[in-house]
Amino acid sequence: MSDINSGAGAGRLTLQDDLTIYNAVESKRQLLDAVRAAKTLELDLSQIQEMDSAGFQLLVLAKREAQRLGRSLRIVAHSPAVLEVIEFYNMVAYFGDPVVIPAAARQ
Amino acid sequence: MDEILGVFAIEAREQLEALETGLMQIEQGDRDPEVINAVFRAAHTIKGASGVVEITPIEKFTHVLENVLDRLRNGEIEADGEMITALLKGCDHIGALLAQVEDGQTEPDADLQAAGEAIAGTLRAYTGGTQAAKSGKSGLPDEQAGEVERQAGKDTAMNDCWHISIRFGKDVLRNGMDPLAFLRYLLSLGEIAHITTIADAMPDAEDMDPESCYLGFEINFRSHATKEKIEAVFDFCRDECDLHILPPHSRIGDYMALIETLPEELMRLGEILVKSGALTQEELDEGLVKQQTAAKAAAATESPAPQLGDILVEQKMVQPEIVEAAAVKQKQVGEKKAAEARLIRVQADKLDHLIDLVGELVIAGASANLLAQKSKQGTLVEATSVLSRLVENIRDSALQLRMVQIGETFNRFHRVVRDTSKEMGKELELTIRGAETELDKTVVEKIGDPLMHLVRNAMDHGIEAAAVRAARGKSATGHVGLNAFHDSGSIVIEVTDDGGGLPKEKIRNKAIEKGIISASQPLTDMEIANLIFEPGFSTAEKVTNISGRGVGMDVVRSNIRALRGTVEVHSEEGVGSRFVIRLPLTLAIIDGFLVGVDKSAYVIPLEMVVECMELQETAVDRNYLNLRGEVLPFVRLRELFEVPGDKPRRENVVVVKSGGQKAGIVVDVLHGEFQTVIKPLGALFRHLRGIAGSTILGSGDVALILDVQALAQLAASSEERTLALGGARIP
Repeated sequence: MSDINSGAGAGRLTLQDDLTIYNAVESKRQLLDAVRAAKTLELDLSQIQEMDSAGFQLLVLAKREAQRLGRSLRIVAHSPAVLEVIEFYNMVAYFGDPVVIPAAARQ
Repeated sequence: MDEILGVFAIEAREQLEALETGLMQIEQGDRDPEVINAVFRAAHTIKGASGVVEITPIEKFTHVLENVLDRLRNGEIEADGEMITALLKGCDHIGALLAQVEDGQTEPDADLQAAGEAIAGTLRAYTGGTQAAKSGKSGLPDEQAGEVERQAGKDTAMNDCWHISIRFGKDVLRNGMDPLAFLRYLLSLGEIAHITTIADAMPDAEDMDPESCYLGFEINFRSHATKEKIEAVFDFCRDECDLHILPPHSRIGDYMALIETLPEELMRLGEILVKSGALTQEELDEGLVKQQTAAKAAAATESPAPQLGDILVEQKMVQPEIVEAAAVKQKQVGEKKAAEARLIRVQADKLDHLIDLVGELVIAGASANLLAQKSKQGTLVEATSVLSRLVENIRDSALQLRMVQIGETFNRFHRVVRDTSKEMGKELELTIRGAETELDKTVVEKIGDPLMHLVRNAMDHGIEAAAVRAARGKSATGHVGLNAFHDSGSIVIEVTDDGGGLPKEKIRNKAIEKGIISASQPLTDMEIANLIFEPGFSTAEKVTNISGRGVGMDVVRSNIRALRGTVEVHSEEGVGSRFVIRLPLTLAIIDGFLVGVDKSAYVIPLEMVVECMELQETAVDRNYLNLRGEVLPFVRLRELFEVPGDKPRRENVVVVKSGGQKAGIVVDVLHGEFQTVIKPLGALFRHLRGIAGSTILGSGDVALILDVQALAQLAASSEERTLALGGARIP
């Protein structure tokens, strides 16, 4: 499940499910719709418990699509699972978002 | 001997030769890294091969040698004469070990072992005393010696980063595998210094299948592991992804240099890369398959086929500069490649058997031909004539199989000259020309010893001491030359030197003293010089261990005669000598010219026949005739061989030419061309002059093959003698 709040060209998408191969088709649709709907999309990934390479690919795709359309995509919150993958793949700079780790997740 | 050991021995000998040649090039001041690399590679190949066939003594010894070469290659030590001598001794030792392997002995005997230890000791002096890590390797290797090169970088591996380039296949995710898992597993082997994620393969958003994998990675990986081990990490997805593992960037230069110096063998670009360590065989195979598929695709669209190199670069298998170096190399070896691609090894005795059979075929064919002609059936004659033409072709091709270049034999003398030069303190240089001249393998094998005698003689007696040379206004370096070329059905091998030449007076005196000639005998300069081939003749004032035992030259001559060849010397005092060896191209079958005297048949080698004509009755009963204003001495076979019967009304002269000398042979009948299978005469007839061998005619009769050279000389000298006795000296 996810919430999409769009308005005034700015939107926010909070992904609730895991970002894995099992729901990749659904996630792709969600992400792309959100990117296309809003001029500026804020992506909240703090609820993601698990992300694999398929999920990671979708993030890259969304980022690229946003750039192609001249939109902006910002990941405003990472869950530790997401962060771990992005860091492992050395793609933090690619997304260019400030990485904030919730204090609770730190333990 | 085991077949595999046999193959090993042959190949090891080839490598050993390359090793030796390279070492001598280095000694002559060739600092080309290519040469050093070639030498190193040769040693490494011997070591690797001996490891495979489990000849531990050779493996261990070669390892020591290789260590020295490795340091030489890395520029840690400088090559000097002493070191090269030690290395060459090492080569000799490997040769000796190989000889034992060829004898079926895998462990060297005590003497050889001791000798090996001594040489290894000398060699270790060049490897010892470096880093601790090195010293571990400079001793005899442990069980894993065979892996040394693969792990060569191990000592410094902490600074080394492997470069792993991987593109995961589309179905990896769908098959339940995650690139993350592989890469995390990779961490168990080492540390990822840097990783670049590449998702360029991902299509536009619409076409992107979220369940396909589009990811690729360029990884700098710090690890002790071998390439194979790293590869093994990706085993589960190996079939589905493009994986390329490259040794560290810093060593690209090494690989480039290595590629450039690869020995000239048939190697496709990919193989070059495999050899240089930039690629593994698996990658190469993949590359080749890709090239084929790409070529097919290209053929369909009629665009030029992509080069293997492009594909490899595109696939990030190799850095472009490596491919470039390999491509240059490939171009260089291109021509030779084509020739070697069709090379197969055949055992010599199989070839001999084939030649024997062809010989029988020729005789049988001649017999069939004869019968056909007697039968006077046109169609049968036609059929047999076609058959005999084919037999002739088969004969030529079969003989061609036995032809080898003499260059290999010549090249051995570089070493001989070098060693002698060191031993005698003379500066010597060997020049080789005509190395590509071909001759029968049997001849090549048997000519080695006589040549060795001649070359040693040239170095020992021919070339003067440096002081004498300087006094005579010659350069300090003595020149010895080996030259080979074809000349009217024979091969001529010359051994030349620019030394003192033969002292004619001394030879003459010595010959008189030994009773070889009488004091009053008139001799030309040429004849005097050739006295040195007489048995028991040696003019060396002091006997060295190089030559001068007085058994040299006559042995040389008899060896060459055994090959149906001749040897003579041209010499000018103070300027130099030239030994000319003339050998028949082949020993088995020749084109002959069949002639008859009374009922006997004789064969003259066709290549030596210049022309035939009718013998005009001359007023003088002398053995020469006027051939268009030229004096042509001749011999009458009837008289020479004391053939009974009366002279026919008309006699014929066959004009032959041998070694620049023309002569006539007078016979009764000319029968024409005849394919001659040479059968040697028995030992009983060894000293027969004028007869070279025998052959069997189609009718089953025996015909003698004339030794044209001997006859020509006989004709010339008998005429000279007649003139001399008559008081008219030839000037």
